[in-house]
Amino acid sequence: MSETVLSLRGLALRQGAQDVLLGLDLAVARGELVALMAPSGAGKTTVLRVVAGLAPFDDGEVVVGGVALPPGRLPSGGALRALRRQVGMVFQQHFLFDHLTALENVTLGPLRVLGTPRDEAEERALGLLSSLGVGGRARALPRELSGGEAQRVAIARSLAMDPPLLLMDEPTASLDPARRGELGASLSLLRAEGRTLLVTTHDREFTERFATRVAVLADGVIVEEGEPAQVLTRPANPATRRLLQSGISASGGAPGANLRGEGA
Amino acid sequence: MEADPADPTKVRGFDVDVAAELARALGRAPRFVQVAFSSIDASVVRGDFDIGLGGIEETPGRRAALAVTVPYFEFREVLTVREGDRERFRTLADLAGRRVGTLGGTIAYELLLTAREKSGVVPVSYDDDVNPYSDLARGRLDAVLLDHILAERSVRRNAGLVVQRGAVAVGHYVGVLAPANAALRDRIDGIFRDRMRDGTLRRIFERWGVWDEGQQRLFDRLIEPTSSVVEPDPSGAARPGATPRSPSMASLVVNYLPSLFSAALVTLALSCLAMALAVALGTLVATGRIYGNPIVRALLTVYVEATRGTPVLLQLFVLYYGLSSLVRLPAFVAALLGLGLNYAAYESEIYRGAMEAVPKGQLEAARTLGLSEAQVLRFVRGPQAFRLALAPMTNDFVALLKDSSLVSVITVVELTKQTSIFAVNVGSWLVPGALCAGIYLAMSLPLARLARRLEARWKAPTS
Repeated sequence: MSETVLSLRGLALRQGAQDVLLGLDLAVARGELVALMAPSGAGKTTVLRVVAGLAPFDDGEVVVGGVALPPGRLPSGGALRALRRQVGMVFQQHFLFDHLTALENVTLGPLRVLGTPRDEAEERALGLLSSLGVGGRARALPRELSGGEAQRVAIARSLAMDPPLLLMDEPTASLDPARRGELGASLSLLRAEGRTLLVTTHDREFTERFATRVAVLADGVIVEEGEPAQVLTRPANPATRRLLQSGISASGGAPGANLRGEGA
Repeated sequence: MEADPADPTKVRGFDVDVAAELARALGRAPRFVQVAFSSIDASVVRGDFDIGLGGIEETPGRRAALAVTVPYFEFREVLTVREGDRERFRTLADLAGRRVGTLGGTIAYELLLTAREKSGVVPVSYDDDVNPYSDLARGRLDAVLLDHILAERSVRRNAGLVVQRGAVAVGHYVGVLAPANAALRDRIDGIFRDRMRDGTLRRIFERWGVWDEGQQRLFDRLIEPTSSVVEPDPSGAARPGATPRSPSMASLVVNYLPSLFSAALVTLALSCLAMALAVALGTLVATGRIYGNPIVRALLTVYVEATRGTPVLLQLFVLYYGLSSLVRLPAFVAALLGLGLNYAAYESEIYRGAMEAVPKGQLEAARTLGLSEAQVLRFVRGPQAFRLALAPMTNDFVALLKDSSLVSVITVVELTKQTSIFAVNVGSWLVPGALCAGIYLAMSLPLARLARRLEARWKAPTS
């Protein structure tokens, strides 16, 4: 378990006049499920967007599956294509393609990017949807899906591209407690297949049950990381204690999060 | 009649002098009201003026619908050709497969339609009497069929044109009045006869160089006390204006329906092709304005704003007449390009708005799958924008269907033009107008319905 899938060193990022990240260090090894916890607005989503190549960062070193991202601009060309093969992302609002059915959402990437034959892409997509418990919804349009179903389709869409690293933004936010358990079980299966997961969450119980490690982000840096049991029950850092005391809960997402929105 | 070159706000011509003479005899001051040639009949019925004069031909339709004076001038429909074709194109029969221009809605146009059936002449309809001759000089036409007055004026203006001597047909100019004005018409008929007897009309015609033996024969017939009906012309040329009884409206409608339907096909074909061009070009322009570099974006912005900021009528004139020294576009092609280029500007703005309305999250989700920007556009942004653009696009198509009537100014005979020809011939807009409106609605209503159905099926999700 020592192979490093994601390495962030001294990651710094400003948005306008505001410093969001101030030299963040984080390493994620293959097969881990790392829960990234932070107060609302602390920049959890931003970290995921940097790793996914959707947001530029100002300074530091970002290496994803051996692909180093350049500071100061978005990756492009060969580096971008290599990055896309390494990392998949499940957005908090899912962003399923409105005009395509669940099945078409899942097959779009394999058909257009990997050049998979349609029969094969559909067979694999149906397999993924079934394994996530939404095989029966393959022909449904996104607007006909419940929040939980949409999330599973979004996960299947990312997995169809077979990325070694899967990023998930607040996956528990829109789920009731029973569904959170099912999600955790699904993610544990993915981990068992050798996939690596970096998940932002507010959910203490989910983290305790399913994460292999917790990293707490506050004031632009990782202030504490370790085993969930350790960090969640005996936090060493005052920021972690404040976070845990503030009653982080199931409700998840940042206040006023824009459902169709632009991401944080 | 024409504008006075010394003062273009004044009209001049022998018609003007005839009108002045009439007014003097009636004890009134003449006041000239200029209207489009094809609207004279409708305007006189409306009461915009008392009498319409000026190259108005005597037709059965006019006799039926209006109070028409005795004929006061005899004209010959003559062919004008380029000098080099003087020997080749002597009569309409020599012009099989050739383009022959004239004023729409005139006896000459009817003659060309008959010649199309008989000898395959291709009639080209104009809204004015100047452009047919300049198009003939440029080679867009092979001949022009109009009355000898216009023809002789044209050869003075355009070098290299000649008028063929033989008359294709003979017709007469009349004055037209509203049907309710029959009493005034009778007074005017009396005045005409008086002025024919006392030589006043002859002096006017001589002053303008249009007096000839045809006029003398006409006058002789009219001032004979027993004959108020014009007798057949001894010259033997066809006289389309002199059929004794006017046909009923029903039979006229039946006669005109096929030409209305084929004109509707022109409208439909032109609209569909122009829309296809506008959609294709609009997509490119919108894409260029979103994805292009600053230079491309600036150029496209200039195109869009210049196109939207000027009348489509002007654009059609420039394409057809303005560019004719550089590239001689066929009328249908110029119409297609003009409408297509104009609507492309509007379409591009719709598509740009629609593309910008696609949520950024949709694009980012596609990017994280590894789709290139071109693929994101093709598989996600484009299809979603298309659904948003569908309703405004349909509105534009219906608008285009109607705007296509503007192309009659560059000689394309489409539904509205054909209707106005119909209306002039039957002397009423009521029935032709209703038929025309019915055909437009039959084309546009199903479209609007189809669009509503597609829209409902692709309705954008609410969350």
